[in-house]
Amino acid sequence: MKINIALAQFNTKLGVVRANLETHLSMIDQARQAGADLILFPELSLTGYALLDLAVETAIRPHQDDPVFNELLGASQEIDLMFGFVHEDRRHRFYIASAYLSGGKILHIHNKLYLPTYGMFDEGRFFAPGNSVRAFDTRFGRVGMLICEDFWHASLPYLLWMDGADILLFSSASPGRGLTDAPRLSSSEWVEHTNRAYAGLFTNFVAHANRVGYEDGLNFWGGSTIFDPNGHLVVCAPDFEPALTVAEIDLNQLHRTRARLPLLRDERATVVQRELERILGET
Amino acid sequence: MTDLTINAELTEKILTGFIHTELNRVGFQRALLGVSGGIDSAVSLYLSAKALGPENVLAIRMPYKTSPDHTLEDAQLMIDDLGVQSMTVEITPMVDPLIDRFEDMTKIRAGNIMARMRMIVLFDQSVAFNGLVMGSSNKTEILLGYSTIYGDSAAALQPIGDLYKTQVRQLARHLGVPELVVSKAPSADLWEGQTDEGELGFSYADVDQLLHLLVDQRYRPEACVEEGFDRDFVARVVRRVRQNHFKRVMPPIAKLSERTIGYDFLYLRDWGT
Repeated sequence: MKINIALAQFNTKLGVVRANLETHLSMIDQARQAGADLILFPELSLTGYALLDLAVETAIRPHQDDPVFNELLGASQEIDLMFGFVHEDRRHRFYIASAYLSGGKILHIHNKLYLPTYGMFDEGRFFAPGNSVRAFDTRFGRVGMLICEDFWHASLPYLLWMDGADILLFSSASPGRGLTDAPRLSSSEWVEHTNRAYAGLFTNFVAHANRVGYEDGLNFWGGSTIFDPNGHLVVCAPDFEPALTVAEIDLNQLHRTRARLPLLRDERATVVQRELERILGET
Repeated sequence: MTDLTINAELTEKILTGFIHTELNRVGFQRALLGVSGGIDSAVSLYLSAKALGPENVLAIRMPYKTSPDHTLEDAQLMIDDLGVQSMTVEITPMVDPLIDRFEDMTKIRAGNIMARMRMIVLFDQSVAFNGLVMGSSNKTEILLGYSTIYGDSAAALQPIGDLYKTQVRQLARHLGVPELVVSKAPSADLWEGQTDEGELGFSYADVDQLLHLLVDQRYRPEACVEEGFDRDFVARVVRRVRQNHFKRVMPPIAKLSERTIGYDFLYLRDWGT
């Protein structure tokens, strides 16, 4: 089975959900016309990233009664989509979240577990951390979603792999940093290496949507990618430029790679479980 | 020695995108800046012209009567090279009455008055030109506080504020800033014969190395001494960075209410754009 994935990178309007929704709908339309089966938007694509006090002002409920969600549910009749938003739960806790919509239904909501609160980041001040990570079934097979700092912790992609995800869908609003004499920023290099490593180590597809544009002095570097189960780069969107990048992946590659390299077959999760219980029991 | 070399092409890409995006999102297409003939304002000028088009950039020369002729000539050379709009506003008749008003006037005070008068000219012209004031402060001078608060530090955007002086020099060469501007001794030209390095008492080459360890690499001062930096030099720079922090932050607001600007009323400047 071959599917086309579209990676959307654009500059959001900070805190203006309606304007960003219009951009989503327009890019969804473009992706559909380009033959995409699935479109991936970056982290907090409906709101912008450095929200601070705007976090609570831009939060929405993931439900068809919400007018923004309702429009996106409508758009998902013809193409599957993943996007980022501020999720307000029933108890009025606020999460950085990704939604996966398909056929007019919400298939999954992922709340970001790891909220960077150090250096230039202050997410833990404004958001509640998610508490679970789950793979889920789509018409393309089983997938898992993670958001930015989530995949800087190797445990979460590992858990999704164990939970059956063959396609990892990552989203980021990664501020560019680390200027040296190299042609790319250190942050770009690091994220790309990490994604390639997960693809190779898990013999999985890894698709990553990262935004572009600026917020005050922060730049976002784009460079969205897809890696295949061999760790090969399928496609790389341009750095810093808004783009809708569509690429085909061949899901039969999972069969071919895992026939050659049975890392999943040989993985001993029970050893991980037993040793973790021992380690955590000792501390 | 840490290698502070930057990829100038990537730097240009990020900074021109920054200028273009951050001006446009608040409804502006034009920028203006004071051009002294020195390297920092030269780099801001070249970046602005590349980001916005030369027709959308206004370079203002603001000499004082003691400003050396070569500063005006060097500024004109760059204005002609880029084809940006330009204007000359001599500040002597505006600042001299204030300087002459006080018998105990010092060189520092006079220098601050000149820097602040240039700020007034720029912010006045920003309305006439319908543009935003582009800053020219680099990371070295911002950290050392080597600037006049509400003077040369006043701007709408600071495109080169995260580049050390030695990196600004590298970017300048890449952008095509004339070599005589790149290689001349940095000076605020606030009085005759003034040079930055003479006034600071150390070279940019040395202090950039030290600041890189202290700030970027998070070395403790003692570890910098172990790396070979002179103990007094380290102590002097650490003190300067701390004592001048007031220039880098907004004035503190005394908190009284439940929600106070700066403490728990938090938005980026780009809010809603």
